[in-house]
Amino acid sequence: MSDTTAKLKGASVTDLIGLSLVGLLVFWLAVNFVKEPADFINISLIGLTNGTIFGIVALGYTLVYGILQLINFAHGDVFALSGLVASTVIVSVLGLDEASSVAVIIGGLAVTLLVIMTGFALFNASIERIAYKPLRSAPRLAPLITAIGVSFIVQNIGLAIYGVNYQTVPNFIPRTDAIHIGDISYSWSKASVLIIVVPLLLVLSWFVRSTKQGKAMRAVAQDTEASAMMGIDVNRTISVTFLLAGALAGAAGIIYLLQFNMRYDTGFELGLIAFTAAVLGGIGNLTGAVVGALIIGFIQAFNEGLGWLAPGSDWTRSMVFGILILILVFRPEGILGEQTPEGA
Amino acid sequence: MTDLGTRARSAAGNRNAVAVAVLLVLALIYPTIFPTLAKLPVIGDFVPSTDSMVVMIVFTTMAIGLNMVVGYAGLLDLGYVAFYAVGAYTAGWFASQQFDQVSFQFGGVGIVESLPGIHISMWIVLPVAGLLTMLAGIAIGLPTLRLRGDYLAIVTLGFGEIVPQFVRNADSIGGFDLTHGTFGISPIDSLGFGALGAAIGLPESFRQSSERAQWYFWTAVVILLITVFCSVRLRDSRLGRAWIAIREDETAAAAMGIPLMRTKTWAYALGAFFGGVAGAFYASFKGGAFPADFYFNISVFLLCMVILGGMGSVWGVILGGMILGYLNVEGLATIGSKIQQSGIPSFESFDPTKYQFGIYGIIIVVMMLFRPTGLIPERRHKIEMEEGVHDTPFYDVQLEGTLTDRDPSDD
Repeated sequence: MSDTTAKLKGASVTDLIGLSLVGLLVFWLAVNFVKEPADFINISLIGLTNGTIFGIVALGYTLVYGILQLINFAHGDVFALSGLVASTVIVSVLGLDEASSVAVIIGGLAVTLLVIMTGFALFNASIERIAYKPLRSAPRLAPLITAIGVSFIVQNIGLAIYGVNYQTVPNFIPRTDAIHIGDISYSWSKASVLIIVVPLLLVLSWFVRSTKQGKAMRAVAQDTEASAMMGIDVNRTISVTFLLAGALAGAAGIIYLLQFNMRYDTGFELGLIAFTAAVLGGIGNLTGAVVGALIIGFIQAFNEGLGWLAPGSDWTRSMVFGILILILVFRPEGILGEQTPEGA
Repeated sequence: MTDLGTRARSAAGNRNAVAVAVLLVLALIYPTIFPTLAKLPVIGDFVPSTDSMVVMIVFTTMAIGLNMVVGYAGLLDLGYVAFYAVGAYTAGWFASQQFDQVSFQFGGVGIVESLPGIHISMWIVLPVAGLLTMLAGIAIGLPTLRLRGDYLAIVTLGFGEIVPQFVRNADSIGGFDLTHGTFGISPIDSLGFGALGAAIGLPESFRQSSERAQWYFWTAVVILLITVFCSVRLRDSRLGRAWIAIREDETAAAAMGIPLMRTKTWAYALGAFFGGVAGAFYASFKGGAFPADFYFNISVFLLCMVILGGMGSVWGVILGGMILGYLNVEGLATIGSKIQQSGIPSFESFDPTKYQFGIYGIIIVVMMLFRPTGLIPERRHKIEMEEGVHDTPFYDVQLEGTLTDRDPSDD
């Protein structure tokens, strides 16, 4: 009894407001679930797919932020450009189409994945070399402003090469159901996202946890100066981080391209969503980025798909940013992040 | 020694005064001499028309407002377009037929007596728009200003995205049409001197007068002058010095007794004020407020003006604003048509306006890398960039792996 009162006293007003908002959200979801259970699950599956794509982009933001405390604005545009280039590789260079045999399609996609991931890893690392590295000792806003500039440049490279039209690839992966229970269906094309992303995440996790370079990355993220004193090559570690982020952006570009159409400015909106996801999960925290992205994916899908009191797709962007603002106000360290002395 | 210094400074002051006077006279006669300028060989095609000058000045005014937030106080605002939108829509609410449920006229010009809607004189609407935008700035600032640096940038970006989406979707809030959705509010009343002015030979309504462009131009110049004056006076005031202290070292400023929240909120509110006034004026000039005008790129465009000119430097921002404003309004199009006419193969259909934001991106990156203090650097800011600031310890890898966190000689 006295314990509860003590707890209540300990909770501040902002905590209470935050908790009640979460409560309302849960209530809204529960009502929708009871009304249309099958729709709810189908929409959740859409959310899972989109959330996974957001997650792999969000990882790029969080990796770079963890090391440099830099919001790499250009990341979303690197992702978009990689998708556009992938469409050229798939359609024009490899000449894949729906008539190709399954083995050829899988092989072709694997080759594309490899080429694009390598290419954009190098592209991203060169951006760092040219635009961010000279500003390491400048005030913190300088590289951020530069990143905005780079973002516009990368976006316009896409515009110059591909014009304003949406690029698309044939439906290689059938939209037929992989799993079908009652009214609930899960298509192969949705499943393919998980099939590509999960191994990538496992490899990334192994790299960061177990390799020497991964350990160096974590050390630099924790304390740049101390790790430099311990003999870690900070410059190389930063380059490796940008290579990793670029490779992830490349993979995300291909996965996105297989699901949706893309054009030069796709990366702007998706980049903002992914960044929000990274902040939601606690920026700098890899697991957090994925968790945050899944949450955003679900929220977006619920907002656009649910029948009862959903604001609809007109409001998606406002919802995502509303969440971002609420989090930064109530819990700036994110869901899984640690409290920092700066208080964000 | 002091004498010499004072004399040198006052001489510099005189030179500045002369420069300002020359610019003022030029501004006064610009609409008259424009036709002559446009006929000049070679450069004639590149001379901006009076209409274009109005747009350039409007955006420059906004850039000066943004400079108070970014340049003086060091708070990166990526959603300044929201303030522009609030200003423009305030003009739409108080000087158009948007709310045709009521009929209220107070000094509106160029409209018939029986026209429904609220029609308040634009001269009153301009400061009202500024004040409302100021409130919006405070509302955005209060919850977010305790965040630092890049987080603040993201939150302002969020607001900059939410406000346009709100005006786009707010055509039926519980059945009430607040913003007329994607169509925007149009027509918005013109500025003008009304019947009273017409009696002494001034145009009753700018839009209906044959000299529309030049009257709008002169009004824009006056608004710009007021903004510049306020901006310079604010910079040298107690508040302005507090902003610069926060920009240089937030922790130290707080330790010296500067109330962080209040000072930052003032930067936001005052920066927003001028954005609102400029937005309302521009809405009247264009005759409408449309949601498609308010997108993220405008915020970056304004930021680019500030960076090109020099963060914190009023004269620099004016220069940067006029250059980029010119490129945006007609410069790029003119250059593009010249290139197309030049007959260089594979450039026949090259259109630089399509890549304008790519060009601004290049300007931003090049400036940050090679001249981060801008074209006309502000003295204090230049020192900050050269000596570094203490607020953000950074590992300096360039200087042969030395640690440049805090140099004792600076303390």
